[in-house]
Amino acid sequence: MAGIYIHIPFCKQACYYCDFHFSTLPGQREAMVTAILSELEMQKGYLQNETINTIYFGGGTPSILTSGELGNILEGINKNFSIAKNPEITLEANPDDLSLKKLQELFQLGINRLSIGVQTFHPELLKYLNRAHDEHEAIHCILMARKVGFEKINIDLIYNIKSDQHQSLRYDLTKIMELKPEHISAYSLTIEPNTVFGNWKKKGKIKEVKDEYAARQFELVAEVLEENGYEQYEISNFAQDQKYSQHNSNYWKQVKYLGVGPSAHSFDGLSRQYNVANNAQYLKSISSGNIPATKEILDRKTLVNEHIMLGLRTMWGCDLELLKTKYEFDLIHQNENLVDGMFNKGLIKLEKDRLLLTKKGKLLADEITAELLWV
Amino acid sequence: MKNIRNFCIIAHIDHGKSTLADRLLEFTHTVTDREMQNQLLDDMDLERERGITIKSHAIQMNYEYENQEYILNLIDTPGHVDFSYEVSRSIAACEGALLIVDASQGIEAQTISNLYLALEHDLEIIPVINKIDLPGAEPEVVKDQVMDLLGCADEDVIYASGKEGIGITEILEAIITRIESPEGNPDSPLQAMIFDSEFNSYRGVEVIFRVFNGTLRKGDKVKFVNTGKVYNAEEIGVLKLQNTPKESISAGNVGYLISGIKEASEVKVGDTITHQAKPCQNAIKGFEDVKPMVFAGIYPVDTSEFEELRASMEKLQLNDASLVWEPETSAALGFGFRCGFLGMLHMEIVQERLEREFDMTVITTVPSVEFRAVKTDGTYQEVNAPSEMPEPNTISHIEEPFIKAQIITKSEFIGPVIALCMDKRGVIINQTYLTSDRVELIFELPLSEIVFDFFDKLKTISRGYASLDYELIGYRQSSMVKLDIMLNGEKVDALSAIVHRDKAYDWGKRLCEKLRSLLPRQMFEIAIQAAIGTKVIARESVKALRKNVLAKCYGGDITRKRKLLEKQKKGKKRMRNVGNVEIPQEAFMAVLKLD
Ligand SMILES: Nc1nc2c(ncn2[C@@H]2O[C@H](COP(=O)(O)OP(=O)(O)O)[C@@H](O)[C@H]2O)c(=O)[nH]1
Ligand code: SF4
Repeated sequence: MAGIYIHIPFCKQACYYCDFHFSTLPGQREAMVTAILSELEMQKGYLQNETINTIYFGGGTPSILTSGELGNILEGINKNFSIAKNPEITLEANPDDLSLKKLQELFQLGINRLSIGVQTFHPELLKYLNRAHDEHEAIHCILMARKVGFEKINIDLIYNIKSDQHQSLRYDLTKIMELKPEHISAYSLTIEPNTVFGNWKKKGKIKEVKDEYAARQFELVAEVLEENGYEQYEISNFAQDQKYSQHNSNYWKQVKYLGVGPSAHSFDGLSRQYNVANNAQYLKSISSGNIPATKEILDRKTLVNEHIMLGLRTMWGCDLELLKTKYEFDLIHQNENLVDGMFNKGLIKLEKDRLLLTKKGKLLADEITAELLWV
Repeated sequence: MKNIRNFCIIAHIDHGKSTLADRLLEFTHTVTDREMQNQLLDDMDLERERGITIKSHAIQMNYEYENQEYILNLIDTPGHVDFSYEVSRSIAACEGALLIVDASQGIEAQTISNLYLALEHDLEIIPVINKIDLPGAEPEVVKDQVMDLLGCADEDVIYASGKEGIGITEILEAIITRIESPEGNPDSPLQAMIFDSEFNSYRGVEVIFRVFNGTLRKGDKVKFVNTGKVYNAEEIGVLKLQNTPKESISAGNVGYLISGIKEASEVKVGDTITHQAKPCQNAIKGFEDVKPMVFAGIYPVDTSEFEELRASMEKLQLNDASLVWEPETSAALGFGFRCGFLGMLHMEIVQERLEREFDMTVITTVPSVEFRAVKTDGTYQEVNAPSEMPEPNTISHIEEPFIKAQIITKSEFIGPVIALCMDKRGVIINQTYLTSDRVELIFELPLSEIVFDFFDKLKTISRGYASLDYELIGYRQSSMVKLDIMLNGEKVDALSAIVHRDKAYDWGKRLCEKLRSLLPRQMFEIAIQAAIGTKVIARESVKALRKNVLAKCYGGDITRKRKLLEKQKKGKKRMRNVGNVEIPQEAFMAVLKLD
């Protein structure tokens, strides 16, 4: 079991909060598809013949590619890897790219999961975020996708954008509930340094939303979605009827994956590597037959820490037994006092050898993780 | 002997002492041009940056004047109140002093204070108005100030510029014609005073002394009167730019002695050197066994570096005789050392040297003076750490050290200075006008009140124009209490302090507030309390952290995020943990900067 991630490094325009790797110049699109095909070929041994059960087009904005281009890439994957019977194939898409025709073509290609960048239904907030679509496009494309036959739809939501958003968050949640997606990724806005927002923050033009407020919004999201039958299976991810994102879940379970395209990361169980986050450099390197990647071998300690960090974020928790048997690391024993304190304050709980965060604990996931890491 | 002149330089920092000293060396050909480098006399980096000569040195020059060879010994003096005893010994080794005043600045308070010390020792004062080349120089105005202060004649004052080499010949002439040659008898029993020492890692401690009577010869068996130790004078000589060995050093002269002494603490400034076989009748007056005034714990930030810290302290002590220490343990900080210092500056210097020369990061705890816990039977126990304070019901009372402080300032600042001293529980004893607008104030104050930031405050309220000198005058009964700080109910011993009862409430309140701002929000709420015994007198709290979670953690985020969290954990590990509260290093220093 393994996954393949394809990074499509193009966007129509830059959203003000985004620090993903992308270019707004579409000129190198064809060359990029060719390079991605080459890299797939070059990396065909990376996953040691594991069966591929998830494919994920991320970005950037993969929906910018034509169905033909996406088809070619899927073909490239097929050619070089052995694919499971019913793989999960996800495409990240922006509403403004999703015409009925496009949706039909995508469906034809075998793409069976759409992750749609809705973010909010408020026109002013969409503008404030510098999104390329409007709220009507968002609703419309989801309704069409349903008609076309997509059975797994994810809606991306961003909240904590401003500090007077209580009403608007409720509204966004209501709208989402009306659309009944199988999956919701709800992100509390993080202001990253190398973004327009980051710049505004540095200049004092905007401030990060206050902790207490942000925490209440986080709780509100979890509460409303839970009431409506969604399960918070990861800090920011909610699913109905166990329709989890398999691809993303595999990241959290330390399953192997190959990332292709500029800035894409890969993991082979023992090491992680990532490609250069620069389109021109990536193209040049691939065309001369080299993969422009930086690699890091993971030692036992690092694997343990990854497991703690990733496990705690999910409802599957951190597997204490696995840490003991596979890595000879006794997490509880190492941190006895602390763990006691966290139990007493209701931040963590234990379920069948698995350490889980409570509702309250989720808000402090990073703090708790940092305390428990092995350094 | 009649051709020897021993002198020092009295000057405020930056008034050009080092530059002028360099010129003297140059004009007397003690250094060649090639050897000439700026600020020769200050050779420790630290001193240069601070502009304070921490350790005194001496240098000998030869100069021909009216066809006679003269030996000029320039004795350098440290310039901070922590080292005032060393200053007094350096001055005692001289017959004269150059008083250097910056022509654009005028006379500073500390200069006056050192000047008075020199006058007490009957030194001949040669006033020099320096930096006359400066565009802003007002030599006439400054000259009037100097004449007013010294009561000297117009023609006694020399105009000079160390930078331009102006007036140097006149200064040399004045040293020869105006400073008296030393008195003393080279044939009497040996009587020499140690006024400094220097540590050399190959040869051990080099003792620097001034001979008052008798003659010291190479190979002599000598005795240090106060320590009673006997040594063989393996090498003696005079201090040129390099040590210059000699067969003998006679009355009136200055020299060095090397006899394989390993520890600086065996060499006490002010001690008398004499011959073991034929000792002098009297030791030289004025010797004091310098006692540490301020005590504090020094702990490694990283608990595993205790042994390394010990090794560093041992090395440091080899050339800093005033530093004393012994091992101590703290519940909050682990293993460390209880150290005694001459004063706060000395403490800072030690800390800085540990960091720079030995690459140690350390935590220093609340400094304390030495109190006496007097028992009902009249005996007492010395207490220089809050943890040593006996339970109140086991003692009769507590006594604290008092000092006599001499403060020189301008008359316009008398009001604020008096107010400051009163606030520090001081009593004014005397007030004397030295000149029409310079005044000397004498106070009696508890030492504990001035060791912290008193001098800084004094400087602030007097806009830099104030000097401070003090001497211990004894112990007096005081209403002192031990104030504890508790985090989540657990005492943080390293934050305890002994304070006056009247100030305890305010101290506790401010310390709690300070800690609230310094303790990072953590997973749990932190209760901060200040208490005397079991009575809580102030409290604050740090609310629990509410949210610390990044929204995204996908394939491309894993490595970066893991590294971030690992770094955070490493930071936490460096913090001390009491009552499950992580305490950053700054918190332990908070007490030093309470306002
Ligand atoms: N213009 C001028 N500057 C001087 C003179 N003597 C020293 N300085 C400057 O004054 C500053 C302090 O001099 P220094 O000799 O280090 O003073 P110290 O702190 O008393 O030893 C330095 O920047 C020197 O360059 C002088 O005669 N004229
Ligand atoms: S959020 Fe998506 S569409 Fe917007 S800039 Fe980032 S990658 Fe492109």
